[in-house]
This record gives sequence, C-alpha cells and structure tokens, in this order.
Amino acid sequence: MTALRYAFFLGCTIPYRVTSYEVSARKVAAKLGIELVDMKDFNCCGLPIDPVSHDSMLVLAARNLCLAEQQNLNITTLCTGCAITLRKVNRMLKENKELREKINKHLKEVGLEFKGTIEVKHFAHVLAEDYGTENIKQHVKKPLAQLHVSEHAGCHFLRPIEYAGFDHPEDPTLLKGLIEATGARYFDYMDKTNCCGFTVIAIDDKISLHLTESKLSNMQDVGAQAVVTVCPSCFLMFDVQQPRIERAFGKTFNMPVVHYTQLLGLAMGMSAHELELDTHRVAAVDLLSKIG
Amino acid sequence: MSTEASTQLKEAIHSSRLDRNFPKEVMKSHGGEKLFLCYLCGSCAGGCPVGRLTTDYNPRQIVRMAALGLKDKVLKSNTLWLCTACFTCTDRCPQGLEVASVIRVIRNMAAEQGIVPQVFKELGSNILETGLAYKIPDLRLKKREEQKLPALPVFDTKAVDTLLEATGFPKLIKEQTKKEI
Repeated sequence: MTALRYAFFLGCTIPYRVTSYEVSARKVAAKLGIELVDMKDFNCCGLPIDPVSHDSMLVLAARNLCLAEQQNLNITTLCTGCAITLRKVNRMLKENKELREKINKHLKEVGLEFKGTIEVKHFAHVLAEDYGTENIKQHVKKPLAQLHVSEHAGCHFLRPIEYAGFDHPEDPTLLKGLIEATGARYFDYMDKTNCCGFTVIAIDDKISLHLTESKLSNMQDVGAQAVVTVCPSCFLMFDVQQPRIERAFGKTFNMPVVHYTQLLGLAMGMSAHELELDTHRVAAVDLLSKIG
Repeated sequence: MSTEASTQLKEAIHSSRLDRNFPKEVMKSHGGEKLFLCYLCGSCAGGCPVGRLTTDYNPRQIVRMAALGLKDKVLKSNTLWLCTACFTCTDRCPQGLEVASVIRVIRNMAAEQGIVPQVFKELGSNILETGLAYKIPDLRLKKREEQKLPALPVFDTKAVDTLLEATGFPKLIKEQTKKEI
C-alpha cells in the first residue's frame, strides 16, 4: 500500500469538548500507519455561519483548502460537518470558474489562491476507501463479537448526496462495513438516517432533544447496547445530552456512545482507558465487561 | 399547529401582498435557482425530521411562500430557523430542487435585514475573535498537554477577519435594530 498521509483538519468542536475522539483517532491512525499531519494554521470550516452568510462560509472553507494545498496534502477530518463543507466548497470552486475567481479575489488579500489540487475525505471514508475495510480486518486482534451496536452516521456523512457522494443516503453501508470489520454485531433500526438535531439545539432545544430521543428509543427497541458515531456534534447529542434526554422524556437509556475510532481501537487491542472511553458521560462499564 | 398559524394559512393571499421580485432574488443565489420547479408533492415535508415533531415547520410551505413572493412573511417567520440542514429534503426532491439550500438562501436574506438568531452572533463573534466557532477554554488547552495532544496552532485571526470583512460578515452579526422589510 502506498503511504497514506493527510492534512489533519481538527475543526472546532473536537478541541472544544470531544478530545476522546481525537485521542482515539490519532492512536488508531498511528497503529494502522496512516499519517495525520497537523495543519500549521486553519480556521473554522465555515459551516456554523452558513445560515447567516453563505459567502462567509465559502471564504472560510476556501482558506482551509488553500492552507492544505500549500502542504500538498489531501485533507481528512473527524467531523462530518467539516468534511461535507470542505468537500462541497472544494468541488464548487473546482467546477465553477466564476465563483473561483470571486473567492480568489478575496483570498488574494490574505496572500492565498485556490488552485484545486487536493481532495477532502472524512476519516471513516479514508479508512473504508483509501485504507480498505479488508485491510482493517488484518489489524483486528480482539474481535468484538459480544458487542451489539447500532450506528448513527450523521446527516453530513451522507447528505447532500451530490457532495457527500460515497454512500447511499437512504441505505448506507460504509459505516456498517467498518463496524462489522471489528467483529461487532450490527443492529439496524427504524429511521437510522434521521438527524440528531444538534444544529437547532440553541434555537429550540425541545425539538433537538426529541430527535435524539427518538433515535435512542429506536436503537433500544432493536437491542443495541451502544451507538457508534463518527461526528463530534452528534456525539454531544447522544452522550453529553443523554441524561437530560432521559429526564425530559422519563426514560432510561443508559446507552454508551462510542466513536468509531474507539470501537476499532478496542478491536485492535487497545484499552478503554487509552482510548478515553472512560471520559464519556454515559459510562461504558457494562459494555466493556462484555468484551472482557 | 397553533390556532394563529392555521388561521393565517387560511387567509386569502392578495396579490397586493406579493413581492414578485422576491423569488427572482432567491433564484439568483447559489442553491436557490430551481425555486419555481416545486410542484408541491410534499416529499420534503414528509421526510423532514423536524416536521414530524412540530407542524410549525414545513419546508414545502417555506418554498411555496418564497415562490409566491410572500417576502415579509417568509423572512420574519420564526420557523425558518428550525431547519437542521440535514439535507433529507434536498436529496428526496424529485424535481432536483435544493430545498435546504433555498431555506439557507432565505435565511441569508433575513440576516441582511437584521434578523439573526443569537446563537449565530455568538458563533460568528467567536470566529472573528479566535478563528474557531468556539472559544477553547484554557483548561482544555492545558489538558491537551496532559493528553499528549499537539498544541493548537497560533491562529492567524487577522487573515480570517480580513476575509470576513470582505464578505460583510461583522456587520451582519452586530447588534442592530431590525430594518423594515
């Protein structure tokens, strides 16, 4: 296999409060031989302010793309929001000459130019496609056959299909394949591709919490013991907000939330502590006792 | 749906209330181009996860209001900000209308009129100040050392500010009185 090296785009949410995802991803990548090169400078991908100003989102995303172009590396990121935003803007600027000229005029002010020389992929996409799910299986030392898990891929991992473009948005299989590679048993559930509601929590928290509650209920109904996520924002909804959801809806879920990189790390023989699984709000003690 | 909202829906729409330029403005923006292709099938509303939980929010209704030119009504609608940007509507639209993008275009137009929910002002000012959407607490930065994570870069916030100044972003999130629409 040719050496896999990427500009590692960290984004905002992970350093803000989801470092367990970063820690586990770095450890798993190192062991697989995927080199994550930290970007020397970057800024917010732009997605959070797209609702207010599309052009502002475009210039923020474009600057990140230019900085990675200077490193001559394709971008990978752990956040689905960052991934879809950078992927989308990268393609828009490559394909739309008029837009590229407009954005480049702004970028010139800060000494940059978008050239269109790189690609952007979510880290799970890198694992499945560039590294290969079959190759991942070679690293599984401790198959997690006792674990029954469901996925929450997150909207921006799958949609809009025009820009996400690597999995079926209604019947996705990429994350399923990655989960099954760890030996864990995969549980489908109703409305699997529905949104967690993170983006509207500051607008209407009832709706936001209700969206995650519906998903947790549906997973619980099929017998899932944990939910696997690949997005820091979805993680915040499922893990950090879970006690609040339980109180608001009078339900008990006690459903541990595991970043895919942690699931893979466990299967590769790393400890839960090493992978910072013990830092999550919902304790994974029962879950971990199943795998010994 | 609240009684008020349902009464509003049953009101006759007088042509004098329609701003015929409004749909044209929407269609000039990236993502808004296919506004007139909507044939009201309701695939967007049926697939909308928020629409399932509250009848206040309905993407089909927003698209139709925009196409008709009900500018003031659509821009001032509180429910405009309930879209989670999950893009289910966009992916399911049989007409290829980018429903979620139409909603984003309309939100951008509302922002131009001074209508910006507080959360975006906070995220936006964080970006202007630090380069990131969240201010990373010192405790977190210190913890990164303990976790043996690389220190975060020294962000070039000047470059970020220059770019955002060029797109007129700072004035959008400044506290201001709403302009008359």
